[in-house]
Amino acid sequence: MVKVREIVVPGELIDAPGLKPGRGVEVVGGKMYSLYLGIKTTRGGYVNVVPLKGKYMPRRGDKVIGKIVDIGPNYWVVDINAPYFAPLHVNDVPWKVEFGDTPRYLGLGDTILAKVSNISEVKQIWITLKEPGLRRLEGGHIFTLSPTKVPRAIGKGGSMISMLKEYTGCRIYVGQNGVVWIDGSPEGIMLVVKALRLIEKEAHTLGLTERVKELLEGESKR
Amino acid sequence: MENKDIKLINEDGTRIDGRRPDELRPIRMKVGLLERADGSAYLEWGGNKILAAVYGPREMYPKHQQDPARAVVRARYSMAPFSVDERKRPGPDRRSVELSMVISNALSAAVLTEEFPRTVIDVFIEVLQADAGTRIAGLTAASLALADAGIPMRDLVVGCTAGKIEGVVVLDLNKEEDNYGEADVPLGILPRTGEIVLFQMDGMMTEEELCTALDMAYNAAMEIHRMQVKALKDVYMKEAEEGGE
Amino acid sequence: MSTKLTESIMSEIKREYIESALSRGERIDGRGMDEFREIKIEKGIIPRAEGSAMVTLGNTKVLAGIKVEPGEPFPDTPDRGVMTTNAELVPVASPTFEPGPPGEDAVELARVVDRGIRESGMIDLGALVVEPGEKVWIVFIDLYILDYDGNLFDASSLAAVAALTDTVVPAERWDLGEDFKLPVTKLPVSTTFVKIGKNILLDPSRDEEAIAQARITVTTTEGGMINAVQKGLSGTFTMDEVRKVINKSIVIGEQVRERYLR
Repeated sequence: MVKVREIVVPGELIDAPGLKPGRGVEVVGGKMYSLYLGIKTTRGGYVNVVPLKGKYMPRRGDKVIGKIVDIGPNYWVVDINAPYFAPLHVNDVPWKVEFGDTPRYLGLGDTILAKVSNISEVKQIWITLKEPGLRRLEGGHIFTLSPTKVPRAIGKGGSMISMLKEYTGCRIYVGQNGVVWIDGSPEGIMLVVKALRLIEKEAHTLGLTERVKELLEGESKR
Repeated sequence: MENKDIKLINEDGTRIDGRRPDELRPIRMKVGLLERADGSAYLEWGGNKILAAVYGPREMYPKHQQDPARAVVRARYSMAPFSVDERKRPGPDRRSVELSMVISNALSAAVLTEEFPRTVIDVFIEVLQADAGTRIAGLTAASLALADAGIPMRDLVVGCTAGKIEGVVVLDLNKEEDNYGEADVPLGILPRTGEIVLFQMDGMMTEEELCTALDMAYNAAMEIHRMQVKALKDVYMKEAEEGGE
Repeated sequence: MSTKLTESIMSEIKREYIESALSRGERIDGRGMDEFREIKIEKGIIPRAEGSAMVTLGNTKVLAGIKVEPGEPFPDTPDRGVMTTNAELVPVASPTFEPGPPGEDAVELARVVDRGIRESGMIDLGALVVEPGEKVWIVFIDLYILDYDGNLFDASSLAAVAALTDTVVPAERWDLGEDFKLPVTKLPVSTTFVKIGKNILLDPSRDEEAIAQARITVTTTEGGMINAVQKGLSGTFTMDEVRKVINKSIVIGEQVRERYLR
């Protein structure tokens, strides 16, 4: 039997004497209550509730993987797995694009690695490709994780992702929005997907790294 | 009232299905069973079988329906044609338009809508089999589906009905009691604060009877809330057990 | 889009105005918390209808027209007449009302008014049978909202009840005997309150409605009986507030019945 982290539900009283309210927690009448179905965690004197599922809420500076879903004469519309589509303006790409020439640079269905450059009060989102490393992602396979599980997929100091790369020989990029880009041999890609499914399903359990390692070792021996 | 041949309360004070006046029908809940929805729940309550699915938050279209300050919670209550004795014509009738509205309002009271301006959170409630009390069963299921979708909420929402049959205030009417009884009081509350988010009544009741019915439904809602909490936590407890083997 | 923006700015200013008055225990039109605006009822203003009434509640105007026609009973109630209620938010009443089939607000309004009349047993449907299982009288209640200045529930309910008391069943026109007055046994009255902050106000004006977080309508009849309740909007009430509203509705409902409907 696997040990589970403490799960709380919306409206549940959070009993954490001496701790301050962090994310996912509401204070009413001096008491703390959870806002999410999530995992209760404590760090640095704060108590947080990390949702177990949910949409990606963009934050400035996040690197995200998105898909082009619409094209205008001087912009593209990008689905970044958030409640809102993100426009990418021609001024925010590293190429000089003539008016109406947008489809020649990025087509419908293309995948890009972009950065969230700004978010307005009413959650209008701007993204950019103007920074080293940001680009169109050629080939590869896309897997979408619940965005709340991204930290588990990356692991402490990138430990989980390094392990996945090492065992499968794949190139992997995990967007903060939960979209994962994987490139390598078909067997390698399928193994990464299998491991990500396990992480997705068991993100709330303890000893997850060990079980992912077992999976990778077992499969590589075959 | 005109069907005097049907006796709803037995000599010993029990009801036609053997329940005491303040006893709930059996309730079963399951969370997160649909693959494509962002959140989902299935609920059986007496003979009611109800599925709820949540999609969103996602950008609201057409744009003029967007609220620049908050998300719109848009519930759609719908009854399957085969859910009742006589086939129901598909599509919304006036009753489901009204119920969709009161359920949307009740859920909005719990959701932190200000977190997602310009979006819609769609909640689809499908009544697969109806056995009285579908609106509050749908409300109870919808709140589970919202929690499952990871939507921030001040509290879960829980519903229950009370009513009056043959002059006696009783909890959780079944179909016969609903058809031949004298009053029906659906209630939706936020269990943490006891605030009322849904309250309707139709029939004939005195002030005292209505207040008794409210208390009865309120107390039962607290019990149903405990089932909701368990159903939500069970999803992850059970998965952990399976994963560990 | 731009009109919407103007309205939302206006309501912010009005909100502060209304709230600051309420914090002093006052309403902007000088009424008490449990006081209706001026009520006027004119019956029989549409002679072609079998019954009619125009209700003016403050500046809100609702016209109710009743038509009565023979038709088939419902299969499960072969020995009872039929009643049906419809509400139209006609475009003359407000710049926000649009032509077309009834929207959800109109559906809710019609259903709440219908519930109060139906559950009270106001119309003696048993006396509206021509031939059991074959032919009964069908009472059509149609509500026309002509000017919207808040609290359509109570204005519409009053108009419908007043019009029903004015109704004559046109039996001669259908060769079904002599005309007779629609048999009416009860006089249901609806009372609607809204909650703004911690205040609970009877008969909200349009401005008060615009900033209300929750609404509740309670319909009562003779002998302190409650026949219908509808909580509206996305705000909440405490159990205590609900109990007080129910009690007030019975008392105020009786006053309205005595003063305007008898």
